[in-house]
Amino acid sequence: MEFQLPEYNLRMMLPEIFLFLWALVVFLFDLLSKRRSESAVGYLTLLGLLICGGLLATTGYGRGFGNMFFSEPMALFFKIIFLGSAFMAVGSSFGIIKQKIVNHRGEYFGLILLSTVGMMFLASSQELLSLWIGLELTTIPLFILAAFFKDDKLSVEAGIKYFVFGAFSSALLLYGFSFLYGMSGTTEIVAMKMNLAALFIANGSLGVVPLVAMVMIIAGLGFKLSLPPFHQWAPDVYEGSPTPIAAFLSVGSKAAGLVAFAKIFVNGLWAFWGAEMAPNDWGYLTGILACAAMIYGNVVAIRQTNIKRMLAYSSIAQAGYIMIGMVAVNEWGLEAVAFYVFAYLFANMGAFAIVAIVEDKTGSCQIGTYRGLSQSSPGLAACMAVFLLSLAGIPPLAGFLAKYKVFAAAISLAGQSQDYTWLYWLAGVGLLTTVFALYYYVNIIKQMYFSAEESPYRIKPNAPAVAVVAIGLIGVVLFGIYAEPILQFVKDIPAAAGVIPR
Amino acid sequence: MFEYLYLVPILPLAGFLINGLLLGRLPRPVVSFVACTTVGLSFIVSLLLFFELKELPVEARVIEQVLFPWISAGSLHANIGFLLDPLSAVMILVVTGVGFLIHIYSIGYMHHDPCFGRYFTYMNLFMFSMLVLVLADNYLFMFVGWEGVGLCSYLLIGFWYEKQSASDAGKKAFIVNRIGDFGFLIGMFIIFWQVGSLDFRTVMQTAPEVFVAGGALITAACLLMFVGAIGKSAQIPLFVWLPDAMEGPTPVSALIHAATMVTAGVYMIARSNVLYLMAPDALMVVAIIGGATALFAATIGLAQNDIKRVLAYSTVSQLGYMFLACGVASFTAGIFHLMTHAFFKALLFLAAGSVIHAMSNEQDMRKMGGLKKYVPITYATMLIATLTISGIPGFSGFFSKDEILWKAFSSPYGHPILWVIGFVTAGLTAFYMFRLIYLTFHGRERMDDHTRKHLHESPKSMTVPLMALAALSVVGGFVGMPHLFGVTNYFEHWLEPVMAGASQDAASHALAAGGGDTGLELGLMFASVLLVLVAIFMARKFYHQKPELATQMCERLSGVHRILLNKYYVDEIYGAVVVRPLVNGSKFLWRIVDVLFIDGFLNGLATVYSDISQLLRTGQTGRVRTYATVFVTGVAVILALMLFG
Repeated sequence: MEFQLPEYNLRMMLPEIFLFLWALVVFLFDLLSKRRSESAVGYLTLLGLLICGGLLATTGYGRGFGNMFFSEPMALFFKIIFLGSAFMAVGSSFGIIKQKIVNHRGEYFGLILLSTVGMMFLASSQELLSLWIGLELTTIPLFILAAFFKDDKLSVEAGIKYFVFGAFSSALLLYGFSFLYGMSGTTEIVAMKMNLAALFIANGSLGVVPLVAMVMIIAGLGFKLSLPPFHQWAPDVYEGSPTPIAAFLSVGSKAAGLVAFAKIFVNGLWAFWGAEMAPNDWGYLTGILACAAMIYGNVVAIRQTNIKRMLAYSSIAQAGYIMIGMVAVNEWGLEAVAFYVFAYLFANMGAFAIVAIVEDKTGSCQIGTYRGLSQSSPGLAACMAVFLLSLAGIPPLAGFLAKYKVFAAAISLAGQSQDYTWLYWLAGVGLLTTVFALYYYVNIIKQMYFSAEESPYRIKPNAPAVAVVAIGLIGVVLFGIYAEPILQFVKDIPAAAGVIPR
Repeated sequence: MFEYLYLVPILPLAGFLINGLLLGRLPRPVVSFVACTTVGLSFIVSLLLFFELKELPVEARVIEQVLFPWISAGSLHANIGFLLDPLSAVMILVVTGVGFLIHIYSIGYMHHDPCFGRYFTYMNLFMFSMLVLVLADNYLFMFVGWEGVGLCSYLLIGFWYEKQSASDAGKKAFIVNRIGDFGFLIGMFIIFWQVGSLDFRTVMQTAPEVFVAGGALITAACLLMFVGAIGKSAQIPLFVWLPDAMEGPTPVSALIHAATMVTAGVYMIARSNVLYLMAPDALMVVAIIGGATALFAATIGLAQNDIKRVLAYSTVSQLGYMFLACGVASFTAGIFHLMTHAFFKALLFLAAGSVIHAMSNEQDMRKMGGLKKYVPITYATMLIATLTISGIPGFSGFFSKDEILWKAFSSPYGHPILWVIGFVTAGLTAFYMFRLIYLTFHGRERMDDHTRKHLHESPKSMTVPLMALAALSVVGGFVGMPHLFGVTNYFEHWLEPVMAGASQDAASHALAAGGGDTGLELGLMFASVLLVLVAIFMARKFYHQKPELATQMCERLSGVHRILLNKYYVDEIYGAVVVRPLVNGSKFLWRIVDVLFIDGFLNGLATVYSDISQLLRTGQTGRVRTYATVFVTGVAVILALMLFG
């Protein structure tokens, strides 16, 4: 066989290459300014993200690097989400670079960009190894970022914990991949899909090997998505790491995990779904984990006194809702997942931005700090209330539409066949836990609005933080009322991701 | 120009957002400038749109602007879209025009209020909601505006919420309106269920094919929607909230509770005229309720002493006229009266506000008198408005009221009894309005010295809107003069494309009746004018020339007077029959069912929930080895579960 040079078509990769170079520029800028870059380096980072977004918009669809790099609607949509969450995380970091991170501002922002580059590569890969590398590129900068407050015990602890479990889950993931490779003889996801099907037809059964592979991969990705029982790092790490990093972890990194999940399971292991494949049924397996996440996250969240821990549990629960859409692998499921993540981006980043603003002023993340905030800082309190209500899924905010679409996907699939009726239960658990979730979200609103005494803190956030809150607010309100353009966009995603309607 | 239709509602929304988001940070002149300019620009856009619409051929006068699809769930599709046709053109002109004048007036009237910014924020939000209501191209979006104006009404009635009576009145208005809205919603569901769409044009086109004319379904739908109108437009039996709504600032009463919001019910019925024409029974109910309300409220107006309450009952009564017109299928006459009423009733309220302003917030007419020489402009403009509402020939109220009376008599849906009711009401109206004029502006000065010393004419920002509205009250009627005078009724022609069904009906009836009605029409007109003149004369006799006569009369008829003074005890009856049983019932539900069972259950649930939460938390030790154990055990358990479960 003659060796042929692959077609590189580097133009497809322009946004990623640009962002990588920009990260280096950010590093250098801080160094050359003798560590006196102040907020300029932050604005430089924001500018880079904006330019990268512009490049992304002009790149178009196609493939490059042989068949290793794909640019298609799902990749594009999730890249927008990654860039958005990076943008909002950077925007809410201006308080801490003024007060806490005075020596390594360039590294802080540059690592956020590098992690984003990893996510973007991940979204464009269609092959297990490059997918795994993308995931590592995403996670490794985050280990450092979580431990960025070097003098803070909690932050260092968060970094260590995140690293230990990151390494552990990464090993499991790779182990799972090796099983898939062993069975199919390829790491390319589409080829793997076909080889596995051929193998299944030839042998009639594949035994339990696919199950072992699936459980390993789910454990590996479950770490990223913080699905129980692989979730325990999340509250500790969220609490210890800088607040914008916690926000980035909860949205950007989680979305990266979702992309990987969609590529491997919804596309690659498409056939191993449904009771007829038992025990090799990832649908049922994921459904159980989704239930566990919704119940566990929503129940434990109520007893939290630290708002970052509460949001950590809330994000565990939100992952459960998103997984409902993943399980419902017809045309609507993945579409609903994409919209859900989009709505979640604005609400969660917005809520975290406000947590960061309050923390900059008060130095505290205790829920008690929010008491009487509506009187001293009415605008901030109102925005927080809107974000929390969107997370809880109250109409007419975007979070409501997202939950509606996820549940509707599960219910419409459940109605198709007798075998799928358990999906009704899944949607039922989702609906029920939504009610419980209201309890702790509204508790914050209650603290802010129905407290007799006025909060002693008059909070004047800095301009980038205000911009982040405004973006979140506009997103949550606007896409709750006028979601049409987004819904049009996400319609293309399932087909692009290789979903075959059931 | 039509592509700018969306500007009409968006401009006040922009004003609301600017003032609302920067509440308390903008200086007062900026607040009032933003609020008034946005409404003023909206009026200019409406005016330009109107002239452009007029240039179009009659059949092309329907402009629909869909901004974007709003809800798309299953078979339900609703747009965020606006519909400009002759009917909504008239409505936006009235709403923005009168609204603009009232905004200007408010600058002076609210000058001393500490919550100046909040006031204008609410007012702009109201303008936005009202314009959405009249411009929406489907029932659902209209309902958004419908609820929006209700919310603003609640907020503005209770504007001075430190006052117990004001916040109570706000609550009352809101609750009573909710009862009506419930009916409206169900009516809307019936239409959607049968037609499969809520878009006005689709509904009006397909309704004749879907519904059986005169059938139970269409009658039910129309009656239920009318329940909504009863609530919003304060008709029997849901009118009780409107007099209490006078607790709000007077410009609010003028804008919301006289000129615009309360007429939303009339607009809605005129908009749905195709449906109502298919349900003659529903039309009859509309006519009867309208007529009864007109008469009933007018009698209460006779005995009230609070200047704003007289006007409030007068509004209820005039709204009754409009429904009477709609009920006899003369929707054009209803809308015509809606327009003239918007002018003269807004003027009456604003003039009353000017009087109250001059009297240092005194509203009791028994403590006024002889104000003529202190507030000459207010007096002159209020007199014009009174002549208009009384129906003195030449003023706009005469034309619109006369058309309603004639239609009540002559329309195929009309009846002489309805005419008699309208006729008597006209007399009563003239009487109580002139009673108000004589008690307030003429006769002995009954105020105390302190108040007298402070008597002053209002500032320019208040008197100029008064004069503008006075001019409109005088000339506003000439667009709709009766055929009788040998002139064209421009207003009827203008609305004809929207009211096609109704005008055909009327035309065929006119043909059948022949031309012999002219004499009768003229006769009836003279009769009503004569009655009005007699009523004015009597009011002069009782309240100006021989005030003791009025006192004697009250004593002789003390029983009747007491009933009227107490508004037929309607509030008390509702209190005894509806509110108290409801409160008692809910007390039972609260103490027994709620506290014992539901709260007990929920609190128990919350406790259990919280306890479980606490229990699960103990797993979160913070130790890496625990977490790793859970991780690995998790993998093992899941494997086992999938293999053997």
